Amino acid sequence: MLAPYLRLVRAGFDRHASYRAANLAGLFTNTMFGLLRVGVLLAVVGRAGSVAGYDAAGTATYVWLGQGLLAVVLLWDDGELAQRVRSGDIALDLARPWDLQAALLATDLGRAGHAVLLRLVPPVLFGALVFPFRWPHVPATWPTFAASVLLAVVLCGQIRFLLGLTAFWLLDNRGVRALWATTSGVLCGLVVPLGYFPDGVRAVLGALPFPALIQTPIDVFSERGSPTGLLGHQLVWAVVLLAAGHLVLAKATRRLVVQGG
Amino acid sequence: MAEPDPERGGPVGYRQVYRPLLVSRVRGQLAYPLSFALDVLAQAIGQAVELVVILVLFSRVTELGGFTADEVLLIYALAGISFGLADLAVGQLDELPRWIRTGELDVLLARPLPVLAQLITADLQLRRLGRVIVGLAVLAAVLTRAPVAWSPLAAVLLVVTPLVGTVIIGAIWVATCAVSFWVVEGRELASAFTYGSALSTAYPITVFAPWLRRLLTFVVPAAFVAYFPVLALLDRPDPLGLPAALRYAAPLVAMAATGVAALVWRSAVRHYQGAGS
Repeated sequence: MLAPYLRLVRAGFDRHASYRAANLAGLFTNTMFGLLRVGVLLAVVGRAGSVAGYDAAGTATYVWLGQGLLAVVLLWDDGELAQRVRSGDIALDLARPWDLQAALLATDLGRAGHAVLLRLVPPVLFGALVFPFRWPHVPATWPTFAASVLLAVVLCGQIRFLLGLTAFWLLDNRGVRALWATTSGVLCGLVVPLGYFPDGVRAVLGALPFPALIQTPIDVFSERGSPTGLLGHQLVWAVVLLAAGHLVLAKATRRLVVQGG
Repeated sequence: MAEPDPERGGPVGYRQVYRPLLVSRVRGQLAYPLSFALDVLAQAIGQAVELVVILVLFSRVTELGGFTADEVLLIYALAGISFGLADLAVGQLDELPRWIRTGELDVLLARPLPVLAQLITADLQLRRLGRVIVGLAVLAAVLTRAPVAWSPLAAVLLVVTPLVGTVIIGAIWVATCAVSFWVVEGRELASAFTYGSALSTAYPITVFAPWLRRLLTFVVPAAFVAYFPVLALLDRPDPLGLPAALRYAAPLVAMAATGVAALVWRSAVRHYQGAGS
């Protein structure tokens, strides 16, 4: 029952391991952006010594983990699912003897596993070598961080899944994708720590699922806030979004008319 | 004077070829007004999000790299206009790897027009005007507050800067996208410089590490898009002690960058042997 999905995890890993040039190019670009972002944020922290609880080491840790995590959770995809909806290939995917949502999730977990090795570890090591860096003080943080990253991958996968499914109704979902591409960086706490925002805004943003993609794993790693609360927020949203994905896919499938089929 | 006649071997000009192409692209994008409006809105939001980030940073500090909020916003606004215009003109070079992979580029090479001109006119991305509009709005708002040292020269500089900045970012775009002729993943590599320039031009370079400042001044001339011209507008010396002449050097830098971009592009096209498709 579960075996085919485990093989999909493996396939997702292998597929992304074969994109060596793409991974190296992405690593280069993530690192360049990291250097620019860490410059701006360290300039903010510089005078005050500490802003919103972030000192220089906390800031560098925040930036370099974020630059790695955005590739692990795959914040921005290439719109393959929407493309398959538009071209009609999605009919083939739905006809296969699997649960499409679970199959995509399994493949994505494999992809993310590979990304941890090639897209998360190198920028974090680079950041730790070149900048002041804050490693976890408590050993128990490491397994909690791993669980938090896993939940973030599931969550982001479901958000991308839902964004892709909008193509069933919109056909051309470029507008939706563009909106996500431009706002997600701030909503997820990738560009500016959520702690920088005024209290009211922070409370609203914190209740949404988006910080769970980037800010929460970083908070777990940096030992900010209670791990139970952080993981709990992720877990609740993971359940909600998995259920939402299931419902929307069912609705979309009912809408599907295979042309000439 | 008679118009050049292509049939008699005269040069093929703007009016015969490029204008009809551009008009058709513009019409095509306006054919779906709602979709176009959403695209423009998404771009405007993208630019506005960067504004929010700057405002959030300044809710925590009163100066960044030695510049006040209004001064940074002046840099941000001019950089945003330049980036939007450059992206509008040459942003579709991002798709170069796809053109190469599918063999569509070979078709362009066979036509008696420069490849770059064909690529630029292939898809003028009008939706980028969303960025330009937000940039202009912020510029208008901040000009009433920032301590600009007004003079006839400052007024000229204010008009010229976004246009010169467009040329500089456009040159960076062309030169780095040309990498796609050699490297399969050129698009991702180039985006460190193309989309990276949206970030690196919008802040005073004083916030960056010294080696990164030198890179942004002398190699990838992002600092000339807005930072140096704004120093002149504010009539303040460079906090880094660089020569005062650099504040007015942007047009020369734009010419040099265009020259380098043209050289890189030409040698890239000459090197190109097709994808075998």
